[in-house]
This record gives sequence, structure tokens and C-alpha cells, in this order.
Amino acid sequence: MDNDQGLGRRRWQLAALLSAPMLWLGVAYLGALAVLLVSAFWTVNGFTGEVVREFSLQNFRTIVTEEVYRNVTLRSLGVAVAVTAICVVLALPMAFYMAKVASPRTRHWLVIAILTPLWASYLVKAYAWRVLLANDGPLDSLIGTPGYGLFAVVIVLSYLWLPYMILPIYAGLERLPDSLLEASADLGARGGRTFRGVVLPILVPSIFAGSIFTFSLSLGDYITVQIVGGKSQLIGNLVYANVGAANNLPFAAAIACVPVLIMVVYLTAVRRSGALEEL
Amino acid sequence: MSVPAIALAGLRKSFGPVEAVAGIDLEIADGEFFSMLGPSGSGKTTVLRMIAGFERPTAGTVALSGRDVTELAPYERDVNTVFQDYALFPHLSVLENVEYGLKVRKVPRKERRARAEEALESVRLPGFGGRKPSAMSGGQRQRVALARALVNRPKVLLLDEPLGALDLKLREQMQVELKQIQRDVGITFVFVTHDQDEALTMSDRVAVFDAGRIAQVGTPEEVYEHPATPFVAGFVGTSNLLSGSAAHQILGREGTFSVRPEKIALAEEGAPGTVAEVIYAGPVTRYLVDLDAGARMVVMEQNRRTGKSHRGERVRLTWQAEHVIEIGANHAS
Repeated sequence: MDNDQGLGRRRWQLAALLSAPMLWLGVAYLGALAVLLVSAFWTVNGFTGEVVREFSLQNFRTIVTEEVYRNVTLRSLGVAVAVTAICVVLALPMAFYMAKVASPRTRHWLVIAILTPLWASYLVKAYAWRVLLANDGPLDSLIGTPGYGLFAVVIVLSYLWLPYMILPIYAGLERLPDSLLEASADLGARGGRTFRGVVLPILVPSIFAGSIFTFSLSLGDYITVQIVGGKSQLIGNLVYANVGAANNLPFAAAIACVPVLIMVVYLTAVRRSGALEEL
Repeated sequence: MSVPAIALAGLRKSFGPVEAVAGIDLEIADGEFFSMLGPSGSGKTTVLRMIAGFERPTAGTVALSGRDVTELAPYERDVNTVFQDYALFPHLSVLENVEYGLKVRKVPRKERRARAEEALESVRLPGFGGRKPSAMSGGQRQRVALARALVNRPKVLLLDEPLGALDLKLREQMQVELKQIQRDVGITFVFVTHDQDEALTMSDRVAVFDAGRIAQVGTPEEVYEHPATPFVAGFVGTSNLLSGSAAHQILGREGTFSVRPEKIALAEEGAPGTVAEVIYAGPVTRYLVDLDAGARMVVMEQNRRTGKSHRGERVRLTWQAEHVIEIGANHAS
């Protein structure tokens, strides 16, 4: 009896402790997602501009059938994949140098150097690149500028999200004992072979963890695209245009479901690699 | 003597201002079970790592079977290492771990499989190939590490405190097995340990390390019975040092001498003293005796007699003259 009371009390305490975060999760995250999903099935009256709260698949039909939306989706996917690939290629040697080569003192400064750009405003960094990439800008006078466009978007997004790739890979390498690298060399493997045979496979979860950031952040971005993208549009721009200029919130919600769907598919695939335990 | 499996000449290694290895000259014969014994920080592991190629010497040379390998990378040397933490690849199965070295050397798949399974059998882990290292116990991982090194049939196997992480029973069992495996495969084993029992039981020869130098090299018996320095006498077994006036009064000789605890008996006559401590340890009892002449002696007695001496009791200690070791006497040169 006494025991039961104690147990009941402890349950109450646990419930009280968890209620605030659960409320936050429920309202702020799941609630917002639910509203997004529900409103994606509404439509807008073409004459009055008012939202019609009736279930309709019209928005999704438009997205699937009209070629422009398919192109924008594929383009966004391509940009996200390219940004992620560039970040992996750049982050691997940098993280390796930080974790395994640099002295503890240098390592300390390098970690700070990686983190510092994250404190600067996203807008400032994007505009800095707009200046860099401008015709007659600093880059142009040095090696020539690619100009504003998709290529510029990929470069700037890679620059912006690189720390999110370096940090998980760095953390993964820190946990990798040096003796594994020595054992591989001891068994006759040169550097490249050790990298492919030991380092890379062990880092796969870390790389996936980083790619979740670079991929999802690239997929949803619209500001960089506006600043350095020239005429090209990505999914984010369509959402933005439908929220603002077109004033078609239900259609914006439906478009926003596309990256959400892509991320769900991606996360499900990544989950099988064990990368989610790395986060 | 034929060409030694390992020859170290004038070997030194400094880490910044710290000299970890301060001049080592050593030859290890083919097929020898050689131990490097010493306290932590005495440089034994650094020497092993220089033989393997993980550290580059500050000065001196490393030669394997007569070939100077000082400048060669680890993957260019015909040695394999069993690491203290085993260093098994966590993403590979046990069999893939064992195969790794063969795969790197492009041994055909079929032969690779056969040799890896044979190696697992030789360390008594047949049928474990499909497991992940994380699903195995410490002792099993240790054997996998051993198989992974042995499968390459190196000329020399380096073992860096491989038994350090095992519990006592398993360690004793592995000591016997290691010795057997070494006899079976007939390759040179270089075994680093800080455990004197381990070094004495397993080795053909032992090098005792002290502060980056080798204090003595010899068979376990030589090192134990005729320690070259007070350090060796103290580190290998318990030493009862008699020097100065105590040596003069009791032995009537000048110098530094040692008598092993098991060689001393509590008796009716001999050097008088007082029992300071009695330590019962199952099969034996250890007595700490403060001699009147001014030295503390440890006496180890088998628990055969019924009577027992107590703390504060007056006793006399005797030993046979041949058991008095003059330290450094055999190595006066």
C-alpha cells in the first residue's frame, strides 16, 4: 500500500517534469506540422482570394502534373546533393587534420575557426558572397566569376553549411582510436588503403549525420538563392512566392510538403545506417 | 651466432625535452621469446613502437634480419603487432579482421579464407569468424588480435602488454597458451610487460628497462638470481638489500647484497631482529623483519609449520651463503 503510494507519487513527479517539453514538442513541432499538412489540402477561391476549408487534392495534383514544379523539385534535390557532396569532400581532410594530425593547441584554434562563422549572421555571409561573385568583383579580377546562378548557389550553400559537416566527422574521428590506424599500417596497408578500409567505413554514420544538416538546410533554403541565384528558383522560393505575392497559403503548404517528404524518405534510409545515434 | 631477428643500435627517442629511450643496444635471436620488462615510463613500449615503425628514432638504427629498416614505414616491415587495446576493426567481422592483412597483400580470396580460418583455429576460436568484435569477451578479442597478426606469418611478432586488460585467471591461462603458440609457429616474440611474473614465466630472455636504458639482459634465472643493479633486484621480485654497515656486520663483506625472501628461514640462530609485520597470503606467510644491524628483510615462509611468529617477536634469520647475491658482481665489466 505504502509502496503503491510512493510509485503513484513518482509517476506524478515524472509527468510534471515532462509536461513542459512534451507540450512544446506537441504544439510547436507536431502542431505546426499538422497545420501545414491539413492546410495543404485546402484551396483558395480564385475570385475572392479566400481560403476554402474543404478537402481537396487539387494542390498536389498541380504539383505532380505541372512540369515546372517537377523541375524545381529536381533542381533543389540536385543542389542539396551537390552541396552535401562538396561538404563531405572538403570536411573529410579538414576534420582528419584537426583530429589526428594537429597538435592539441592547433586543434583548439581550428575548432574555434570552424565555429566562429556560425556566430555571424547568415544574411551578412550571403551578401558577402554576393559582393565576391559580382561582375568586376574581387573574384572576377582574380580568377573570373561564375556570376549569379545555380553554380553560385551551390558554392555559397557549401560554404554556409560546411561546419555542420566538419563537426560530426571531427567528433567521429576523435572517437576513432589511433591504434586502429596503426594496426592497419602494421598489417601492410598504406595511407590510402587505411582511409578506404578503416577510416571511411567507421565514419559513415558521422558523414550521414552531417549530411542530414547540409541536405535539409540546402533543400529548404530560399534566401541564398535570392541573393546569388540569379533567375534560378528552388522549392523554398516557390513556397515564399505563394505565401507572399500569390497569397495562396494552401498551395505554399502543399509545396512545403515536398521537402518534408524527401527528408522523411532520406531519414528513413539514413536510420538504417545507425547515423541517428551520432546526433 | 646467425643474423639476429632484431638488432637495435644506439637507439634513442626524445619527445620534446623528455628522453624516453636513452641509448639501447640489443640483439634478439631468431625464434626467441624475448620480454621487455620495466615500470611504466621506462621506455619499453617506445622501443617496441620503434621496431614496429610507429615512432621514428631520434638516433640509432633498427635492423630486422640484418636489413636496416629505420627509415621504413610500418607497412614496409615484416613485423606484426598485437596492441594493448587489441585495435580490432569494429566495422569488420572477426574473420574479416583476421583476413585484413592478407587482403591488403592481395592474397587470393580462397587462400585468404583458408588461412584466416586456420589462424582462428590455432587461437582456439574456430567458428567465431562471423561475429563482430564487440560481441566477444576480452580474452576472445585478445586471441583475435593474435590471430590477425599471426596469419601474416611475420618474422617477428610484437606484443604490447597484450594481457594487461585480462583478469588474473585468464591471464595465467593466456601466458601458457602464448608460450605454446610461440613454440608452434617458431617465430620471434617480443613481449612488453610490466609484470615480472609474466616476463619470468614466459621468456627465453628478459631485458629489464630502467629510465630509458636497459639495466640488464639475461635469462629469467640470471636476472632473478644475479641482478646487475639494485633496481633490477628490486623490480624483479622482492629484494632484501644489505649494504654499508649492515652488510659489514652481518656478512662481513663490503658491497651491496641481496637475499631473496624465499631463501631466508626463521631459525634458532643467525642475524637477530624483530618481526615488524606478519602478512598471511594463503600458501605462504610474509614476515617483515627489522634486523638489529639496520636493514628490513622480507621473509617468505611456506605455511607448513604449525607455530607462527607474531608481531614484535624476537627472531633470528638464516640463509645459505650461496643465496647471497652480490649485486653487479657478474657484470663488473
